[in-house]
Amino acid sequence: MPSTAPHSPASDALVLYGQTFQSRLLLGTSRYPSPAVLEAAVERAHPAMVTASLRRQGSNAAETGSSFWELLKRLNVPVLPNTAGCHSVQEAVTTAYMAREVFDTPWIKLELIGDDYTLQPDTLNLVEAAAQLIRDGFQVLPYCTEDLVLCQRLVDVGCQAVMPWAAPIGTGRGPVNPYALQVLRERLDVPLLVDAGLGLPSHACQVMEWGYDGVLLNTAVALATDPVAMAGAFADAVAAGRAARSAGAMAAQDTAQPSTPVLGTPFWHHDHG
Amino acid sequence: MNIFINQTLVALHGSATVADAVAHVHAKPPFAVAVNLQFVPNTRYAVHPLQDGDKIEIIAPVTGG
Repeated sequence: MPSTAPHSPASDALVLYGQTFQSRLLLGTSRYPSPAVLEAAVERAHPAMVTASLRRQGSNAAETGSSFWELLKRLNVPVLPNTAGCHSVQEAVTTAYMAREVFDTPWIKLELIGDDYTLQPDTLNLVEAAAQLIRDGFQVLPYCTEDLVLCQRLVDVGCQAVMPWAAPIGTGRGPVNPYALQVLRERLDVPLLVDAGLGLPSHACQVMEWGYDGVLLNTAVALATDPVAMAGAFADAVAAGRAARSAGAMAAQDTAQPSTPVLGTPFWHHDHG
Repeated sequence: MNIFINQTLVALHGSATVADAVAHVHAKPPFAVAVNLQFVPNTRYAVHPLQDGDKIEIIAPVTGG
């Protein structure tokens, strides 16, 4: 048998801002049943990065801050801080600076919320925030909608990757606008990662088949009955979707085509009428 | 003077700096500070003077998505 190895994981790494990652799955750290489950899920998924956030010391969210910090160090996975909850450019930029100091990283997942009900990004101010952070030396991964022009503007100001949503955060609905996501993939040649709204491994596999470069998810794993098993399922789905994209899918046909050779078929064209 | 630390009213002496505010709440590393929505690097805590009515945010790592 001739050797065919068109898809080699080692040579198919995700590259963001010049940095190479062996996984195309980015995993959130929130809403798990316990820190131990979170840790096990991360160990199962081997994500490229894990996301984290910042909240006031003394708040309920930060009460377990020191133990979370210890867990983050133990995981030994690159941290992607976010600016979750920010509603203005100034809030987002200041939070990014604070995150850079705390986590000692130039990476920032830029979230600028424009609507509290849907958690839809503020598309009118996101570009300004991204531009400022890029100028200040951050490696910005902007959480955005699937709007083509918005994503192009983010690239224009220096974002070397863009992260459109599949659906509102935490809904698990999967891609609600497949057409726009596929057009976006066709039109932009920077790394694109689907961030938010995925609920099933098949959703992740689907967007990877469309040519997306990675996915970022949290709730779909954290709220699964067995988060650790689901983390593994998503990791496998992302890898399968990527391999399928690289393999090149057949073109869909309108009519049936027999897959078994017709030549030599016994009883061919016997009239049963 | 009176300032706000994470939305709580706090009274500090008139020449207080960010370092005094951090010490007042016994903030434990890692954390970061902003005053009136402006980031203050940890290298400047001792020399960044506070003004009456300043709003200080001291934030720490938490889980996130």
